[in-house]
Amino acid sequence: MKVTIDGIEIDVPKGTTILQAARMIGPEVAPPTMCYYSKLKTSGGYCRTCIVKVTQGSTANPNPMPKPVASCRTEVMDGMVVQNITSPEIIEARKGVVEFLLINHPLDCPVCDQAGECKLQDLGYEHGAAKSRYEFKRREYEVIDIGDKIKLHMTRCILCYRCVKVAEQLTDGRVHGVVHRGDAAEISTYIQQAISNDFSGNVIDVCPVGALTDKTFRFKQRVWFTKPMDAHRNCKKCSGKARVWFKGDEVLRVTARKDQWDEVEDFICNECRYDHKKTADWTIEGPSHISRHSVISQNHYEHLNELKVQLMKQQKALGFMSIDKKP
Amino acid sequence: MGRKLLIHNDKVPGINTLEVYRANGGYASVEKALKTMTPDQVTDEVKKSGLRGRGGAGFPTGLKWSFLAKPEGVPRYLVCNADESEPGTFKDRYLMEKIPHALIEGMITSSYALGAKRSYIYIRGEYFYVARILEQAIAEAYAAGWLGQNILGTEFSHDCYVQVGGGAYICGEETALLESLEGKRGNPRIKPPFPAVAGLWGCPTVVNNVETIAAVCPIVNMGGDEYAKIGIGKSTGTKLISASGHINKPGVYEIELGVPVEEFIFSEEYCGGIRNGKKLKAVVAGGSSVPILPTELILKTAKGEPRLMTYESLADGGFQTGTMLGSGGFIVMDEDTSIVKNLFTFTRFYHHESCGQCSPCREGTGWMEKILKKFLNGTAEESDVDLLWDIQSKIEGKTICPLGEAAAWPVAAAIRHFKQEFIDIAKSKKFVDISHYNRLNKIVA
Amino acid sequence: MGAQVHGTQEFNKGKRAELKFSEEAMKTVQKIISNYPEGKHKSALLPVLHVAQAEFGGWLSPEVMDYVASVLNIKPIEVFEVASFYTMYNLKPVGKCVLEVCQTSSCWLNGAEDIVKYIEKKLGIKVGETTKDGMFTLKVAECLGSCGTAPMLQCGASYHENLTFEKVDQLINDYKTAGQRRNYTDLDYKNTL
Ligand SMILES: Cc1cc2nc3c(=O)[nH]c(=O)nc-3n(C[C@H](O)[C@H](O)[C@H](O)COP(=O)(O)O)c2cc1C
Ligand code: SF4
Ligand code: SF4
Ligand code: SF4
Ligand code: FES
Ligand code: FES
Repeated sequence: MKVTIDGIEIDVPKGTTILQAARMIGPEVAPPTMCYYSKLKTSGGYCRTCIVKVTQGSTANPNPMPKPVASCRTEVMDGMVVQNITSPEIIEARKGVVEFLLINHPLDCPVCDQAGECKLQDLGYEHGAAKSRYEFKRREYEVIDIGDKIKLHMTRCILCYRCVKVAEQLTDGRVHGVVHRGDAAEISTYIQQAISNDFSGNVIDVCPVGALTDKTFRFKQRVWFTKPMDAHRNCKKCSGKARVWFKGDEVLRVTARKDQWDEVEDFICNECRYDHKKTADWTIEGPSHISRHSVISQNHYEHLNELKVQLMKQQKALGFMSIDKKP
Repeated sequence: MGRKLLIHNDKVPGINTLEVYRANGGYASVEKALKTMTPDQVTDEVKKSGLRGRGGAGFPTGLKWSFLAKPEGVPRYLVCNADESEPGTFKDRYLMEKIPHALIEGMITSSYALGAKRSYIYIRGEYFYVARILEQAIAEAYAAGWLGQNILGTEFSHDCYVQVGGGAYICGEETALLESLEGKRGNPRIKPPFPAVAGLWGCPTVVNNVETIAAVCPIVNMGGDEYAKIGIGKSTGTKLISASGHINKPGVYEIELGVPVEEFIFSEEYCGGIRNGKKLKAVVAGGSSVPILPTELILKTAKGEPRLMTYESLADGGFQTGTMLGSGGFIVMDEDTSIVKNLFTFTRFYHHESCGQCSPCREGTGWMEKILKKFLNGTAEESDVDLLWDIQSKIEGKTICPLGEAAAWPVAAAIRHFKQEFIDIAKSKKFVDISHYNRLNKIVA
Repeated sequence: MGAQVHGTQEFNKGKRAELKFSEEAMKTVQKIISNYPEGKHKSALLPVLHVAQAEFGGWLSPEVMDYVASVLNIKPIEVFEVASFYTMYNLKPVGKCVLEVCQTSSCWLNGAEDIVKYIEKKLGIKVGETTKDGMFTLKVAECLGSCGTAPMLQCGASYHENLTFEKVDQLINDYKTAGQRRNYTDLDYKNTL
């Protein structure tokens, strides 16, 4: 099947989504994703950051599609023509989506464990507007522990449903989910149950933001001061292929390895993640190749901080102190 | 007097019972269909009738039925959408409450056409007592052999059940309804697949509105061609209109499609004019989701032609100067009504009813409500009007389900036609609810 | 939206009381389950939650949700997800009679706000509160499909339409005199359509 994305034609098998086709062409035309995850079935469709314009449905039916579509959930048709970055309309619409994702977001990057590997930071920088027009109090939630290994900062959650799909598809008993509805919807366990299960730790890796974080991440280091290495060990439960984050000789945390699209290559088990924090536990393969397009590596961290300072001023002026709260 | 096909018997004492319903010609369509027609012939009659979905979207029913996948050995379902929660709409409740058998009869005849052995009526939880009325009617129908095994001695067997919801407007969206019917959160599904291929429990399913299903009975009885003679052009047949607001005679009216809007509002046969001798200010013609129109545009199109109660005439002029027939929720506002405050109640509604799956609707609806609240507090700036406009434009068309549009359109239309009202509030820094005293009088009296 | 308390924190990890449907309620539940094909019993969740709410004091405590999960053989989180999605399920205790006044467009055009204020004054409570004697809880609701007979309120299975202050006096008086809990599942209902 032939599909043209931003003027570049590519041949793809039937059943390929627009997003997958765009990724085959390359990162320049691949739409940003916040909820889609190639390793999780039925993921995607929620965040709407990956929307694109279909200017020709197919050769058989050349009409354009009336609305933008979520590229992650729309399969290509033969002869389809798609616009992503070449459509000013899409760029503007995406700016809107980013703004929606941020209006209730605390943007406390300076104290957030995710800073440096946060998809929302990247998204905000690359696709957002410079100023927020939201002047109301932001949603607040208390930070809670889900068991002794995972912390939930609900304020930072963008409801991508990835962690729910992990629990559903990788573990044998889902104990957390999305409760309430609308903008009161939140990730929750049933009566503060612990999420504990051989593969439950993977919810941390799939979370695009700092909503689910590893409580065992030792010494609380900014990610960019740590050195990630690809390493493996013999494991009965999983492939044992992991990414081990060092500071000097110390292992600070263990995560799954991620690919070019920031998606986990192989899910790892909790034992590898939590119980092997000695260098001797691991056979080191070499430094991890991380695509350093993240805002941090490009020194754009200042920019977001600036946005946050502005926001704080605005909120203070309006009499809300909400985002000053310590996590 | 226009012809009535659905609620012509609503005042007959005991019409809610099978006995009286039958004595007034009830269940004739089941007899005719099962004994003298093949399922495809029934579908053909519905196609010929030009019947369009009465739930809001107006999609041709016969066409929808013909999309139903029919793989061997897989059950098919008919699901009746009785979730009726669109503000301004209460016709389904009236029909089910007064003449429950009209729906049950339609369920049987339609299920025969679709080859569905089971059907469900999903009714909003708040209508619990109406669900009881339906269950009672179903029990009567079983006892009389209209439901169950080998109906009328034919091969056709059918079971019909009622399921109550839990309170959520979004369950009116057909895929959210199916999720809810499966015992889940009412989150609309991402389409495709469409219900016609994978609906209830993954099986091919048709979802139709109460009124649509009830209309199948007269269509089978009189023949599709005869039915199509009623109405104008592609707006065939009769339609139930729920009329509310500042009119003398609010209520449910069955009209022949094509009645002029002016006649509908002002004639004694229908709404009986504006209450308290006031002047008409605006109308929301098809339930809260459709664009509001000011007097001059609701009575006449931009071209100066009288506006008619049809899908086409109401939509004439597109969103610039037109609106939609929608679900037929006809809300009339007099000269003392604040459009801004009415809009606030709509926006609060959509904010409250957003399922929260996708970001534009989840975050955008609440944001719009907060800005509108500023107008009511008298703290809004003129720039807030532009901001509102921009937010609605960024929700519209970017969401999983049409609730996004339903929330955006009323905001857009109110600003399009009544911008000055927003600006006046922003300029004067105060909001005066002028209609207040007038309302109070009515209640005390 | 103001500050929110995290959903799970509202619950105490209280002792699991012995909960059981009465025989009659259990019959209803079995009947509901039989409305669905083999293996599709999860579909019964919404109607069964209504039965449970009526049976166990007008609200769904974590214990009740656990119990419903066990009756339907599904996971507790599946019950909580659903119960918290829909507005008719109370996750906190409520008064015997929950007065739900519609506040949407047609009702507002006809004075719903005045009705709310009147009830607030009469009962000495604000929207969302319960009277000290546990008799009434006042809530606002979105369009209840009664716009032609606005303003209106729902209490249990009953619709009270074309409200005036006098009618409100009357119904509050009637409910108080009867003193019974009103549920959506009640067989006796009033409506004025
Ligand atoms: C947010 C939303 C709410 C809806 N609510 C209802 C409803 O309450 N009743 C209804 O019949 N259709 C409703 N619909 C339309 C249904 O999705 C569907 O189109 C309809 O049930 C199809 O039946 P019809 O073709 O007979 O109209 C709603 C749609 C949306 C997007
Ligand atoms: S989740 Fe990302 S954007 Fe949000 S505070 Fe953390 S680092 Fe910043
Ligand atoms: S907690 Fe993280 S993974 Fe889970 S829904 Fe929220 S953002 Fe997504
Ligand atoms: S548009 Fe609104 S109601 Fe529809 S899926 Fe998205 S959040 Fe849910
Ligand atoms: S990535 Fe496609 S909608 Fe979120
Ligand atoms: S607006 Fe109140 S019942 Fe519809």
